[in-house]
Amino acid sequence: MSAEAHDHGHDHEHEHHHKETFITKYIFSTDHKMIAKQYLITGIFMGIIGVGMSMLFRMQLAWPEESFKIFNILLGDKWAPDGVMANDIYLSLVTIHGTIMVFFVLTAALSGTFSNLLIPLQIGARDMASGFMNMVSYWLFFLSSVIMISSLFIESGPANSGWTIYPPLSALPQAISGSGLGMTLWLVSMAIFIASSLMGSLNYIVTVINLRTKGMSMTRLPLTIWAFFVTAIIGVVSFPVLLSAALLLIFDRSFGTSFFLSDIYIAGEVLHYQGGSPVLFEHLFWFLGHPEVYIVLLPALGITSEVIATNSRKPIFGYRAMIMSILAIAFLSTIVWGHHMFISGMNPFLGSVFTFTTLLIAIPSAVKAFNYITTLWKGNLQLNPAMLFSIGLVSTFITGGLTGIILGDSTLDINVHDTYFVVAHFHLVMGISALYGMFAGIYHWFPKMFGRMLNKNLGYVHFWVTAICAYGVFFPMHFIGLAGLPRRYYTNTNFPLFDDLQNVNVLITTFALVGGAFQLVFLYNFFSSIFYGKKAVQNPWRSNTLEWTTPVEHIHGNWPGEIPEVHRWPYDYSNPNHEEDFVLQTTPMKPGEEVLHH
Amino acid sequence: MTSLLVIIVLVLLAVALWQLTKIFDLTQVGSNRDSSEVATDNDNNIQGYLMFGFLAFIYIFSIYGLFAWGGLVLHTPASAHGALVDNLMNISWVLLFTVQAITQVLLHYFAFKYRGKQGQKALYFADNNKLEAIWSIIPAVVLAGLILYGLYAWTNIMFIDDEDDTVVVELYAQQFKWTARYAGEDNVLGKANVRYIEGINTLGVDMSDPYAQDDIVVSELHIPKGRKIHFKMRSQDVLHSAYMPYFRAQMNCVPGMVTEFAFEPVYTTAEYRELPYMVEKVSHINELRAKKSIDIVAKGGTALDPYTFDYLLLCNKICGASHYNMQMKIVVDTPEDYKKWVAEQALLAQQVKESKAAPADATATAGATTDTVAVKDTIAVSVIAKK
Repeated sequence: MSAEAHDHGHDHEHEHHHKETFITKYIFSTDHKMIAKQYLITGIFMGIIGVGMSMLFRMQLAWPEESFKIFNILLGDKWAPDGVMANDIYLSLVTIHGTIMVFFVLTAALSGTFSNLLIPLQIGARDMASGFMNMVSYWLFFLSSVIMISSLFIESGPANSGWTIYPPLSALPQAISGSGLGMTLWLVSMAIFIASSLMGSLNYIVTVINLRTKGMSMTRLPLTIWAFFVTAIIGVVSFPVLLSAALLLIFDRSFGTSFFLSDIYIAGEVLHYQGGSPVLFEHLFWFLGHPEVYIVLLPALGITSEVIATNSRKPIFGYRAMIMSILAIAFLSTIVWGHHMFISGMNPFLGSVFTFTTLLIAIPSAVKAFNYITTLWKGNLQLNPAMLFSIGLVSTFITGGLTGIILGDSTLDINVHDTYFVVAHFHLVMGISALYGMFAGIYHWFPKMFGRMLNKNLGYVHFWVTAICAYGVFFPMHFIGLAGLPRRYYTNTNFPLFDDLQNVNVLITTFALVGGAFQLVFLYNFFSSIFYGKKAVQNPWRSNTLEWTTPVEHIHGNWPGEIPEVHRWPYDYSNPNHEEDFVLQTTPMKPGEEVLHH
Repeated sequence: MTSLLVIIVLVLLAVALWQLTKIFDLTQVGSNRDSSEVATDNDNNIQGYLMFGFLAFIYIFSIYGLFAWGGLVLHTPASAHGALVDNLMNISWVLLFTVQAITQVLLHYFAFKYRGKQGQKALYFADNNKLEAIWSIIPAVVLAGLILYGLYAWTNIMFIDDEDDTVVVELYAQQFKWTARYAGEDNVLGKANVRYIEGINTLGVDMSDPYAQDDIVVSELHIPKGRKIHFKMRSQDVLHSAYMPYFRAQMNCVPGMVTEFAFEPVYTTAEYRELPYMVEKVSHINELRAKKSIDIVAKGGTALDPYTFDYLLLCNKICGASHYNMQMKIVVDTPEDYKKWVAEQALLAQQVKESKAAPADATATAGATTDTVAVKDTIAVSVIAKK
């Protein structure tokens, strides 16, 4: 390998002749484009599991007294005897659904796919700064996925103390079935996941800083790159804190320390723990947990910026304001974690501070939303599936974001904390929005990844059914939350008070099942198009950015010749000085042409 | 049966899908059939109209939701500070609905209005500082208002003045049950720690503490209307959250520390049951339960009891497998009824004494085992004392 690298490494023009085996090309590949595809396909697989779980527990919530054969088939005799779901496994499904969707799909697969694919291609680099580290990052992610999935098959069941794994529940096997081996596997998996994520993030940061092509100044970067870059920084700042929390929890669980535990009497005996505090864990967890929302969301917003500008045939409105708002969101995201803890027992004065910082974050968010809307204004909108998902993202981002103003206000949070109102809020603003961003990215860059096109009509069907179902699921959910229905209840039948919410639950589940089923359309479209999709042309969306100047067939080093030089910003759509409605970043400025944006 | 239903649903979905793609395909007829999978003018047209339709969907669904489910939402707060919370909530809602209504219209209407045509060029409009300033400053000002009101309310609710004439009550959480301890006449709770848990003293009250002598332990919470109740919360095992939605009150119970919340109930249970909205809600729930009972009886079960409203204390922090059924009834009494109720309750100190005496009596007849039990007890007590 090293000899070969020496032979060809210096001369990029010939590098694509370099002979690859199946293993170096498809498995232990160091090519960022292949790694992106690996992330995507692993992510899709995890997504199927995560979404599938939500279908099961939604069925349980809608029809708590029915038995379903499918429960028995999927969960087995121990967890669903005669098709009746057990309460422990309900909590496991909720926990693992959250973990998989937040970390494995919306963090790893979203960032992993699009940062890997687009950073080198859009900044004009041959590959990531360290291809080897990139490969290791993917394989650690793969390993952590395998461990997480394997925890589904152990006898005592997977972790089931919620994706936030608050101790003491997560620390004491006596407290709940999943806090034994299930929790151990969860923690090990997440520790490896964090290592993977950090390697990825460092690579992205270094690549963006060092490997930009000639002329690609920071203010000529596409907003996708800005989003990925800042996301990586947030990840590097906050993920280590979760790692430390996980390590301390492992210590408490296995080595008898008392970081998070104190004064516990369980199963008829007093445990030796003294002096720790679960609130400390909550601080550490949410120091990652809240920035995590933006780790999930910013890449989706970055993708949306790019897709909306390209398909509006119009410059993104307020390019610099968009960068400033990304930076502002990133900064504020690290000082708002306490709004998850208003009623945790921490000093109410802290609650005041966190209310203040939390509501501040609405300002840059509002700027982004308005800028997207203004970008559409007087555009020449090409309503491709990617564009629909991006518009859908702005819609759910606004709807979900607005209720954040209620939850971020400590006074109002008292009564809606941990109810379905919260579930509705975060699913819209980060779950659905980020998924839309991911879908937009897939529809938009599929030709770049696979050299073929996705079927647009299937894409349209996919979008419209998903859009209606997403609102159908989460809009009514606000009401049952405001009615005081706590989340993470396996059934509400013990509270006649909530009997009048049951019809709403059935409606929500119906929308969820239909919406979930229609994701099969996407899966079919995705996998069949890889092999049978229509061949893509080099620049199908007539886009300005550098990735569309590379050949359709993937080659090592991305560009066959020299790396192109960049002469302008990425959003010169419908520039009045040019005939065409797009101007590649590589097009030199005409003599006397002025820069039209600020 | 269910699997058959599932199969039918799946088949129907597949048919619906096939029909939908067919429709999209048919719309291509006549237009330049283009195989590039990039949106054509025709696509832009159809999708633009669908965007407009989607806007209608959001609006109709929202308005339908407000009518259909608006009545389910918590109403009339049963605590003094609740009015403040609900007021802020209502102000926030007016604001949010306004912003939502405007932005969704703009977004979807633009998507419809500016749907693309070949050969057309968009307006090159990259920046405008005035606009940017407007939509940074307006949210900032509005939010400043909300923050100030919110902080005012929060400070009022959360900072408990001990000088007030409060009733001190301990809420004690354990998997999966709530217990309440009243401070008694001295209004000071006796010291407690899980290490004192023994026999009937399940809350781990330090029985040697003078303040503990008049403490009362009960499993149904009674509180008087019109006085501030100062809750002190403890948990013996994992995190729990004491959630009293009708009082707009919630606080986590954390092992190893005491957390606090205080509120003043303003409706007795009897009064709250008589509120018109509650009468309606309860009769609606009972209709649903009656309907469900018919099915249950048909299957040979017993009919559901009719429901009467009671305030509840729910656990609202995942605490274990039976988290979904951790509740305690709360009764708000008139001050007179409350006094009467308190007078009827046995003191914990009394109960502990009796329980210690009882096994001794029982074992006395059984013979020699008495001594060993007594010895064990004294050892346990001395261990505690050392700590």
